[in-house]
Order: sequence, then C-alpha cells, then structure tokens
Amino acid sequence: MCLAIPGKIVELFPDQPHLAVIEVSGVRRKVNVDLVRDEVPLAVSDWLLIHVGFAMSRISAEYADEQMRLLTMLGEADQAITEIEGYEFNQS
Amino acid sequence: MKYVDEFRDAKLIRQAAAEIRKLATPDKHFRLMEVCGGHTHAIYRFALADLLPENIELVHGPGCPVCVLPMGRVDDGLSLASDPKVILTVFGDMMRVPGRTGSPLEHKARGADIRMVYSPLDALKLARENPDREVVFFAIGFETTAPSTALTLRQARALGLRNFSVFCNHVTIIPAIRAILDSPGMRIDAFIGPGHVSTVIGCRPYEFITTRYGKPLVTSGFEPLDVLQSIVMILRQLDSGIAIVENQYARVVPWEGNIPALRVLAEVFELRPYFEWRGLGFISQSALRLRDEYAEWDAEKRFHVPGVRVTDPKAAQCGEVLKGVLKPHQCKLFGRECTPEKPVGALMVSSEGACAAFHNYAVRTGVTTAASTGS
Amino acid sequence: MPASQRIRFADAQIEMAHGAGGKASRRLIEGLIAPLMIGPLANPLGDSAIVDIEGVQLAFTADSFVVRPLRFPGGSIGDLAVNGTVNDLAVSGAKPVALLVTLILEAGLSTESLEMELRAIASAALNAGVAVVGGDTKVVEHGMADGMYITTAGIGTLDKRLVFSSSLVRPGDKVLLSGPIGDHGITILLARGEIDLDADLQSDTRSILPMVDALAGAAGPGVRWMRDPTRGGVASALNELARDADVAIALSEETVPVRAQVRGACELLGLEPLHIANEGQFVAVVAAEYAEMALAAVRGAPGGHEAALIGEVRETPARTVISCSAYGGTRVVDMLVGDPLPRIC
Repeated sequence: MCLAIPGKIVELFPDQPHLAVIEVSGVRRKVNVDLVRDEVPLAVSDWLLIHVGFAMSRISAEYADEQMRLLTMLGEADQAITEIEGYEFNQS
Repeated sequence: MKYVDEFRDAKLIRQAAAEIRKLATPDKHFRLMEVCGGHTHAIYRFALADLLPENIELVHGPGCPVCVLPMGRVDDGLSLASDPKVILTVFGDMMRVPGRTGSPLEHKARGADIRMVYSPLDALKLARENPDREVVFFAIGFETTAPSTALTLRQARALGLRNFSVFCNHVTIIPAIRAILDSPGMRIDAFIGPGHVSTVIGCRPYEFITTRYGKPLVTSGFEPLDVLQSIVMILRQLDSGIAIVENQYARVVPWEGNIPALRVLAEVFELRPYFEWRGLGFISQSALRLRDEYAEWDAEKRFHVPGVRVTDPKAAQCGEVLKGVLKPHQCKLFGRECTPEKPVGALMVSSEGACAAFHNYAVRTGVTTAASTGS
Repeated sequence: MPASQRIRFADAQIEMAHGAGGKASRRLIEGLIAPLMIGPLANPLGDSAIVDIEGVQLAFTADSFVVRPLRFPGGSIGDLAVNGTVNDLAVSGAKPVALLVTLILEAGLSTESLEMELRAIASAALNAGVAVVGGDTKVVEHGMADGMYITTAGIGTLDKRLVFSSSLVRPGDKVLLSGPIGDHGITILLARGEIDLDADLQSDTRSILPMVDALAGAAGPGVRWMRDPTRGGVASALNELARDADVAIALSEETVPVRAQVRGACELLGLEPLHIANEGQFVAVVAAEYAEMALAAVRGAPGGHEAALIGEVRETPARTVISCSAYGGTRVVDMLVGDPLPRIC
C-alpha cells in the first residue's frame, strides 16, 4: 500500500489527458493521471506520487520546503522549537 | 532523487534522533505502533530502531494487505489459474505467498499461466492483446491501491472488454485499526499513521482514534526523516497530554483526501458485509467487492471459486504478531520451520511483513529464537 | 563440512528459484549436485576448478547462458557467454586461454539471429584475448530453449601473482568493487517489456581481465578472495564468503556505486541493487595495507574508473553481511531465496 515514488512529469499528451510520462532518476514510465486532474492543469516538471502506474497525488514543493525547514531547525535554539510547535498546531 | 534524497540526509537524521532522545524522558516507556507495512519495511530497511532510545518500542501493525489475506483466498485465486483459458495476473508481492498446494510461483512452475504485473493496467493490456484468453487480475491492497483497480475496471467497462475480470481482495484500514484498539490487553500509546492510504482517505477518518481512544496519530511519510519527524511530533503530543491527528506527510497527503479517488471507489466498489482477516478474524464492513453494475468484471461471479476456509497451522502465531502482541522472533516457528525460504505464514513472505523484514534486515546478534530460549 | 552443517536438499521438484543464484541455488548445488556428482568437497566451491595435469595446474570452468531476450542494450547472449566464462576464470586467478562453446538452438531460430550471435562470440573472444577452439551444436523442438541456450567450458593457466582462497580472509581486510552494480539485471528486466519502464541503460557485459590484471600487478600478494557477482548480485557473493570464511562483512552504504537509473528503477519496483545481477564486475577482498594500491590500480585500468572500496571484513556478526548507513543505522543484507521480485507494497 506503500510503495509510491515521486516522479517528475516529462511529457503530457493534449489528446490523451489521462496520461503522462513521468521520470524517476532517468527511468521513464507512462502513468495514468486521472486521480490528480483538477482545475489546475498539470504541467511538465510537476512532481507526482506514483503507485502501480497511477499518480496518487501532486507533490507540494511548498510543503516539502516547509518540512525541510522544520527538520533543519531541530536541535537548534529553544526559541526555534517553540516557533515550530506553534506552526504545527495551526497547520490543520 | 528529488523528494527522496533530502529526506535521507544523514546530518538531519542525526539531529532528529537527538531530538527524540531529548523528548523521550527516561522514566517513561513509549509503545508506538506503525500501522502500515510500508512503514515496517522502512523501519527495518533504514535501521531506524538503531537511532531510537531503548524506551521507545516500535510495534508492528496489521497494515500489510498480503499478510492479512487468509490462505483460503490465495487458494481461491490459484483455482482460477487452473482453468487453461485463464491468465492469472498478480503483483510481485503475491508470487511467493503460500497457498495450501503451493505459492503462485510454484503453481507457475507446474505449468499454470500466472504472470507478474506492476500495474492493473498491465493486466488490462494483456486482456486486449489476448482476446481468446481470460485475464484475471488478483487485486490486493488497502485504499492506496483500490482506486487503481477501480479506474482499471472503469476503463474495462468503457471498452466493453469481455475477457477481463478482477478477483477483489481490497481491504480498508480503519476497521483494522479499530480491531487493534479494541483488542484486550493492547497498550499502544500512539500511532505512526498510514502515509499512502491517507493520500486517498485523507486524515479525517483517523479522528476517532484521538477523540474516542485518546491516542495521538501522525500520518507519516516513508523516508527516514519522515518517520523520525513523526515520532518527534508524537512525543511532543504525549508530553503535552494532547491527542490529535497531525499530518507530517503534508507534501503528499491532502487533509480531505483525494476526491476523484474516493468518487471512483464509490462508483465501482461497495463494502462486503464482513471479510476474514488472517490473524484478526472476521471484521464487518472491512473489505470491498464489485458493485452489481460491474458484475460482469467480477471474477468471483464469472468463475466458480471454492471459497474454502483454511485455518492457519496451530503453531503459527501470525495473528499475535499482526496485532503487535508478539515480536516476530517470539513466534515459535520463527527462523526454524518458518523462514523466507519455506514460509508458513504470509508475514514471512511479504517483504513488508513484520517477520520477513525482521528476518532479512535485523541484525540478529543478541536476538535469540524461541528455540534457543527453550520457550 | 561437519555433518551438523551438511545441507540437505529436500524439494520434490526443481523450481525457478533454484537457478536464481540465491539461497535455493546454494541448497541445490551444495545439498544435491555437488555431493552426488563430485563427492565430498575438500574446499568450498569456487568459480573454477583447479586440475593438476602431470604437474601443471590449470583452471577449468563451465558456464551456461539462458537469457531472454537474446539481444538487449549493451550486448547479447553471445557476449555474455564469452565474457561470463572469461570472468569466471579471471576471478579464480587464472589467465583464460581457450573456450569451447556449445549451442542449443531452437527450431525456428532465424539464421540471421544465429549469425549475429556467432559474430558476437567471435568478437568478444578477440576482445578478451581468448581462442574459441571448438564446441557442439544441437537443435531442439520449437518451444524449447528460448531461441538459443549456450554453454561453455573454459580453460586457463594460473596467474602466479594471484593465489587466494576464502580461508585467507581476515577481519580488517577491505572489500573492493570494480564498478556500478545492477546495470545488467535491470537492463534485462526492462528489455523483457513486461514492466513497461524506459531507461537509458545497458548491460555491463565485458571482460574484467584488464582490471584483474592491473590488480594482480599492483597488489597481487594482498588479494584474498575474488568473485564475479552475477545472478544473486553482490549480496549473494558476499554472503557466500561470509559463510565460507566465518566472518562478517560490513558495507558502507553510501560508497557502493549505483547508477542513477538503476537506483530509480529499483526504487520504483522495490528492488535492492545489491541483489541484482552483474556481468562485467568483480568484487574482491584485499588486505588492508594493499587496499589503496589495489583501488588505484583498478581505477587506472580500462573500464575501472568507477571502482570503489565499499566495506571491510569484521569478526562479528559472523557469517553475516551488513550495510551501515551514513547516519548510523545497520541492516542485514541477506541472500535472496530466488529471483528478486518487484513489489508494490
């Protein structure tokens, strides 16, 4: 339920909107993107989470960056830690 | 690999581990359950337990869809392959799972047409390319994988494909978690919540765990930093005496879930009144079957499956390991009668099964089997 | 081998797993084939046998090649046949001299295909500096032999610079790998077309003689053990060593060279690069004081520029291969039962 890998869109097909070619470290596969299509159109260079040949989710660069920021701050000054706690409770 | 490598950064991992050691006050003992088999695999593959202090105990949960599949259902699937017209397609995970008369791989060696696929779409493609054969897809998995099966069925129906069907063994995660929580003698302090199941169902379905049972749950990613960060978040909740659902895996998990996925699930599947889970017994409303509109693509309706219940060998303690009551090496058969080469139960076959993961990855110095302790 | 450790083969029939180079293969070979066909073994089975012919010692090896598809990016079955046999001899400390090549052809195989393989064999032999001096040919019915099976026998003289055995391996010795792992196995998996992945990747099939020659010249006295990690990958080869020498082998995860595409394919499919077959690499154990010299020599040889020191021999945990991550986690790298299977969970 669990093996899902981030892949970058390298090709889209205007006449086949349910498909995209994604690439993971130079390995390419055509995947079905029906589950991640919404008002915002997909674009080449978007990152998707891939599971058994289907895109499950769009990967949010903002959330990823935010997470890295939090992780980088772990182990630093206590003020930073308090700030993190405040952020986490506000997130949902 | 982007979105992978940065979450395996050694320096940040050591930092997170240090933070955990700070938060895990020595006078307390923490029992954290990771529900999902993928997390069990990650914990062993990345040796994360090495980084945790002694007073944090990781308990493996039942979220391994191969592990909870009763042997009778494996036999049912294999019986389909005995029809010479049938091409049975299975995920790699299923190939070595033992049925009563052998695993799919062993049946294949004896001549059954059983082929491994990476995606249900590969099975659909096989059906289109082989109009004179019957292609059956052995569907397993929790809510992560079910939408893919559903979309494939939708396509089969749209194409009017007559030689494709699905043998459906999809199960749902919430009933499994509830069964753990209601288990007598269960003492879990908090949950490392499923990551990829949550991309489909979102985080709301877990709220009952915090409100009714008072246990924190953090939906977690699968890289080392994800799991460690989730543990930090759990420890902070436990320290503050609160219990809420938090989303550590926000870069991928939407709080409300994936609407198109939930929609296609509702269109194609309905809940079975009950389903047998290996080790957990019969659980109501815990598994999916195809709706009547899709009856034509339901392998159980198209073919006759024996539907025989096969009880586990008495000595095998799969159920207790699944519920986290026993650690893998505490099962009497572990490492002796039951090994990855000659597995008795599915937990030793599936690479995310607690027993296989432990057997294959855990450094076994100092860990004694039941045999050597004489118990 | 002491009676208590004797392996018994109790399977009722032969399965694919018995050919995968992992635990099942080892059980078949050590539990059934070797005892019945060869007799009690004085030494652990190596890649080649040493025969003494009137005082002259020669290395003697056999190999068989079963691959589908016959042609793939980077090579073909003909290349594998020659390079595989040459490499078996090389990692046994021998200089290949001559090969015999047996062809089992499936009725229906096109002459064009056969011709391509014959040319591949001739060209690979020329490249490796060996002579193909004979062989045999049989034709079997359509539906057998996957097009073509090739078996070989190879013979060579012993390279006096390389005298080693697993019994010489000691804690403190270093592990040397000649280049990136997984290229061949993943190329074949993708070439079969069942998985529907595309990658710019090719088999690493080649003769490792130039690298081994360089190693022998610069660090011969320090070489303790060598193996070519084909089916079963580096994991199987090192697990066999750990068992034979009763030592632990500790790999440093981040030092093991893996190409990005191999890594990507393995992550996508849930495979472990250490379990994947290679056809142009060797793994060696070298005494610590020779390690840097050995590495420099291999790196300086044609094709050896990606060689790396990937770990060391230790006393514990005995008979086990472990991998240590950069952040301090340690996991066991086990030998697989059968072929590595992609997973979705």
